[in-house]
Amino acid sequence: MASESIPLNIIDHATQPIGERLHAWVVTVDHKKLGILYILYGLVFFMIGGIEATIIRIQLIVPRNNFVSPEVFNRMFTMHGTTMIFFVVMPILFGFGTYLVPLMIGTRDMAFPRLNALSFWLTAFGGLLLYYSFVGGTGLYGAGNAPDVGWFAYAPLTARVFSPGHSTDFWTMGLLVSGFGSIGTAINFITTILCMRCPGMTLGKMPLLSWMYMVMAWMVILAISPLTAAQLMLAIDRYLGGHFFDVQAGGSAVLWMHFFWIFGHPEVYILVIPAFAFVSEIVPVFSRKPIFGYPVMVAATVCIGLVSMSVWAHHMFTVGMNTYGNSFFVMTTMIVGVPTGIKIFNWLGTMWGGKIQFKSPMLFCTAFLFQFLIAGLTGIMLGTAPFNWQLSASYFVIAHFHYMIVGGIVFAIFGAFYYWFPKMTGRMFTETLAKWHFWLFVIGFHLTFDFMHIPGILGMPRRIYTYEPGRGWETWNLIVTIGVFFQIAAVLVFVFNIMRSLIKGQPAESDPWDAWTLEWSVSSPPPEYNFGKIPTVLSRRPLWDLKHPEDPDWKFE
Amino acid sequence: MSSEAIARPSMEPELILPSRGRVGMFSLIAAESAIFTIFVVAYIFYIGKSVSGPTPKDVLELPIFATVCLLSSSLTIHLAVKALRDAKIRAFGTWWFITILLGGIFLAGTGREWQRMIFEKGLTISTNLFGTTYYSLVGLHAFHVTVGLIILTLGMIFTLLGYVKQEHSERAEVFSLYWHFVDVVWVIVFTVVYIIGR
Repeated sequence: MASESIPLNIIDHATQPIGERLHAWVVTVDHKKLGILYILYGLVFFMIGGIEATIIRIQLIVPRNNFVSPEVFNRMFTMHGTTMIFFVVMPILFGFGTYLVPLMIGTRDMAFPRLNALSFWLTAFGGLLLYYSFVGGTGLYGAGNAPDVGWFAYAPLTARVFSPGHSTDFWTMGLLVSGFGSIGTAINFITTILCMRCPGMTLGKMPLLSWMYMVMAWMVILAISPLTAAQLMLAIDRYLGGHFFDVQAGGSAVLWMHFFWIFGHPEVYILVIPAFAFVSEIVPVFSRKPIFGYPVMVAATVCIGLVSMSVWAHHMFTVGMNTYGNSFFVMTTMIVGVPTGIKIFNWLGTMWGGKIQFKSPMLFCTAFLFQFLIAGLTGIMLGTAPFNWQLSASYFVIAHFHYMIVGGIVFAIFGAFYYWFPKMTGRMFTETLAKWHFWLFVIGFHLTFDFMHIPGILGMPRRIYTYEPGRGWETWNLIVTIGVFFQIAAVLVFVFNIMRSLIKGQPAESDPWDAWTLEWSVSSPPPEYNFGKIPTVLSRRPLWDLKHPEDPDWKFE
Repeated sequence: MSSEAIARPSMEPELILPSRGRVGMFSLIAAESAIFTIFVVAYIFYIGKSVSGPTPKDVLELPIFATVCLLSSSLTIHLAVKALRDAKIRAFGTWWFITILLGGIFLAGTGREWQRMIFEKGLTISTNLFGTTYYSLVGLHAFHVTVGLIILTLGMIFTLLGYVKQEHSERAEVFSLYWHFVDVVWVIVFTVVYIIGR
């Protein structure tokens, strides 16, 4: 294995003029640069989506607030949801995958490097298209600019009559374009993982991250495509006078719901499976134990992938399906909890008896475990049709899925960020600041999203721009909004930490965490060609074998 | 693996990995299938739900000739790829050209059908639900045929300029997977639109 002494490959980019350096980033097909571009792009939109969330929460801090108008409020929650799902979490996850998968499976690039670049730029321009609506969305005097139809854009609200102007079209086109990008990336992941593994790396010896990204890529292919089709139909309705979702001409508004959630629910798993992947890499390293139950972990991931394709209508219990429909989707929703539970036990089993080091990546992953569990439990509650009838479209639902997305996915992403930051940049971050980030974010997260469940149970519906005093919602909303400011402080610490570490951070070694997968065998940051000599692996932990020739893993696998 | 082994185990069976082109194309076909599935589901869901005419019975005629052409083009492209694999460039060019011709006939057939429906029967995409679903499903398929024809034509130009060699047979084969997929989709569209929906 070419690992020990590849010299730190510092091409002196600093001597190049700034224009050429930037140009190199624009025309790059290198998976590492594209991965970093994805992540940076996601972080920029994370700030924008965060500002939108803050506006929403400031408006709701006290009853009868006039911070923004109802119209602006509608635009804010629509743009917040769309941005966070499509232009924050997905690009960041794709970015980590693009960066890590080729390194982890021991190859020099993705299977189709140019498709990789095309996919990134499609995603990037999709986001710009969506945000251009703030400037160009006013197709008609008096019509709104940014999309205000909610992130799932139910028909018939999206019909020309109810959404004049171009704002909804920007939403449609932005998601369509970035959807093509996502499909391209997914094809690339599958092909890379199936066709580009280094000698010795059978499917059973792949790092779990690669397995999970492959399952995620299959889900992107099977779930984003229906969204693409539905967006095409919506565009046909709005531009060519079609009647797909036009109830007066015999069309069906419920069909849009089905099509949207056939995408929408697997999408949740598309987002969370990479989060599982990060946790499955980080937890073993910081517990100093190999992952507990590797084959079961793979099987559970594939199970989640399969079952989650058939749970979509649990978003639609209040629409009025028949009892068979309701029972079926309640059942599948309960079933999908089983493989997810297995995963939690496996991570706990990995930690059990390990020498746990609570460094910042591990802290985030530990918090992930707790919060993801609670999010799963409220998910089981909401997956029960009668309970759902009571609480659907209330703040309880908002609290539930933010618990999943922020408490689960975003925490795992921050963990991954700290874990691979030294590899990607060649610099160490400041651990103290990372801990500040963690604790501020934990406090903010729990203030906001724990207490958000309660106004939901008390009957506060989602998407209302204000509420009357005296319903018992005031205190809860106040606490929720206060939590937001803790989260903002945490994110500012995070940004400061990145900036500072990039400029003044200690140079990182090639393997600062004493980890076991192939990306740590090359320098930090890795040379452009990744591996001077393509490695050969014998077990799931090739670096362990290298460091412990007297007790290698391949003896026992 | 024997626990006695101390040195790295020699002679593990070498990893045979599938070809990138094929895996990539199969993934693309999976994505395309999902898109077509949604359009087919919408078509089936809306059969007979139009609130005004014209109905499928009034306007649709079975496009038998075009269908035969498109389906036989699957055979010709297969023969073309086979010829290229055997380094018979001339035979490849001939079969490839016949494929373009058959695909072109199919597309012309769709064009004529649409012209007749729009100008004689007065059915457009906005007339009723049938029009919306019909033009979008058949149009989506026709779009894929068009993309295929563009790539086929590029391949033809390269063949005529003498760039195509035996070593390109895998690329031709990967493209042929796409073309077969377009044919299979037509079988489904034909069944749904012209048989079930009529």
